[in-house]
Amino acid sequence: MSKILIVAEHAGGKLNPVIAKCVHCATGIAGAEIHLAVFAADAAAVAAQAAQIAGVTKVVTVTHAVHANPLAATVAPQLAELAQGYSHIFGPSTTFGKDLMPRVAALLDAPQASDIMAAESATRFKRPIYAGNAIITVEVEAGTRVVATVRTASFEAAGAAASPAPIEAVSLSAALPTHTRFVSVTSARSDRPDLQTAKKVVSGGRALASTDNFKILYSLADKMGAAVGASRAAVDAGYAANDMQVGQTGKIIAPDIYLACGISGAIQHLTGIKDARTIVAINKDPEAPIFEVADYGLVGDLFQVVPEFEKLISSDS
Amino acid sequence: MKRILVSIKRVVDYNVRIRVKPDGTGVITDGVKMSVNPFDEIALEEALRIKEKGLAEEVVAVSIGPADCQQQLRTALAMGADRAVHVQTDAIIEPGTAARLMHKLAEREQVMLAIVGKQAIDDDCNQTGQMLAALWGRPQATFASKVEINGDQALVTREVDAGLETLEIDLPAVITADLRLNEPRYVKLPDIMKAKKKPLETIDPAALGVTPVERLKAVKFDPPAQRSKGVMVKDVQELVTALRGKGLV
Ligand SMILES: Cc1cc2nc3c(=O)[nH]c(=O)nc-3n(C[C@H](O)[C@H](O)[C@H](O)COP(=O)(O)OP(=O)(O)OC[C@H]3O[C@@H](n4cnc5c(N)ncnc54)[C@H](O)[C@@H]3O)c2cc1C
Ligand SMILES: Nc1ncnc2c1ncn2[C@@H]1O[C@H](COP(=O)(O)O)[C@@H](O)[C@H]1O
Repeated sequence: MSKILIVAEHAGGKLNPVIAKCVHCATGIAGAEIHLAVFAADAAAVAAQAAQIAGVTKVVTVTHAVHANPLAATVAPQLAELAQGYSHIFGPSTTFGKDLMPRVAALLDAPQASDIMAAESATRFKRPIYAGNAIITVEVEAGTRVVATVRTASFEAAGAAASPAPIEAVSLSAALPTHTRFVSVTSARSDRPDLQTAKKVVSGGRALASTDNFKILYSLADKMGAAVGASRAAVDAGYAANDMQVGQTGKIIAPDIYLACGISGAIQHLTGIKDARTIVAINKDPEAPIFEVADYGLVGDLFQVVPEFEKLISSDS
Repeated sequence: MKRILVSIKRVVDYNVRIRVKPDGTGVITDGVKMSVNPFDEIALEEALRIKEKGLAEEVVAVSIGPADCQQQLRTALAMGADRAVHVQTDAIIEPGTAARLMHKLAEREQVMLAIVGKQAIDDDCNQTGQMLAALWGRPQATFASKVEINGDQALVTREVDAGLETLEIDLPAVITADLRLNEPRYVKLPDIMKAKKKPLETIDPAALGVTPVERLKAVKFDPPAQRSKGVMVKDVQELVTALRGKGLV
């Protein structure tokens, strides 16, 4: 029988909401037993949240001062030790999961399936390649231990459990290296919803032409209760922060509505928004490829359209 | 000698719109343009800059794959790599195999640093650098947007979901290059001529004691689900009305 261990990513005492999506992915493997692992300096709060996810039968906590800022170098040896009792080890396709999981796979001498969109069975997985232009189904030999990262945009979150799963603290013997040291993290904090899990996203491209012009998107986003995203061109030019990038090498998202303003729709961008329920595109070029995937397209100058859009949604009727 | 190892993967050019073969056995790659993986160009550029600052003495480029990979290695030599190693094989190379081969080369060459692209744009695995670091038992700083070498340590800024994270790592180490680490230089014609004279060693995986294994077997390839083309609206009012109807604004 399959036993799946999922790394419960967290920050600031909060479980990352994408973990419930990883659990949903794991339930694709019939009859699997699903456990979550929390690596933290103080695991209590996160473990309690993890225990509330339907389908999870146990939460394992590994407490160590070094996990105040969990790093691949220090989590990997412990996760590899913990993984001995499991057939599958999953993590989210976040930068944390992408950094950590291959290191664990190599320590376990296990293959890794990246960005899985479906676990069809214990041995069969679907994943995108070529920036999402093809979907490959891969298979491992029965009995092979598999590491995977989960493309969370492909899954709804698992629901809440009727009663919380048991929490068990474990102590491990793996030696922790000191060759990698956390120095700092800086983030452009905002009160807007988190881009990765937001229901509504307003996004801007090169056409915004300056950091200052992005304000028209922030203003609209605040009115809509939306997160703000950006194309690579906008981030490269410094108009938006790197953590706002959407696409093949940025965030893969699945909001209910994605409003693309002045974004041409390069394949590397589109792969990040394919799972959005509704895509709205505003672009002054009627030939822009973004219109091929948009549910609603409007040809126009975003500097006129966006403020007018904001005004109209603010008025009732 | 202070040496940097850089991996150069031959991939379908990022501008090519890849299509799945109608029988689902693969993607169409006949006659399409092939290039150096964009992230590997960035990795090489970073290695060259470190060398130009006098912090390294030699940059070695490695590519794993069939005979044609030599084209991409020649490009790397033209960009400025000092020499190249071609691990020639027609076998399918999973990230695990690439990492094992690179680990052997990192040890053979006693490198201070291995700089690897964060992701190959064909398989989109994003695994090789991390696996190399694990096998080597060395630090990894993935998704790097800034690298500062200070003696036998490096300070690396990483692009993470939350923003920018900085790590201090002991060398030797593995760094994986993200898009904003630098802008790769253009290759000039005289450099292409010069590159023809630079050393390019060809070996097979067995010479490094590695047998390629395929553990994730491709069963089939499907085109992605297509989004149906939507409607064009004539003005903002029509757009707002449509979105209101769906409860989206
Ligand atoms: C390896 C690799 C990975 C990549 N990863 C990503 C990724 O993760 N995410 C990503 O986004 N890109 C990525 N890219 C880059 C991608 O190929 C495109 O270059 C990028 O998405 C273009 O951004 P853009 O649409 O903002 O700019 P452009 O392509 O320049 O488009 C600007 C658009 O704005 C329109 N416009 C101009 N003025 C106005 C106006 N006043 N009103 C309305 N419309 C206007 C124009 O008609 C045009 O369509 C990647 C590229 C590579 C090679
Ligand atoms: N066959 C290969 N030859 C050279 N480099 C490779 C090869 N496979 C992977 N790499 C390197 O590993 C990086 C990540 O690849 P991947 O893990 O496949 O996404 C690439 O950007 C390359 O630098």
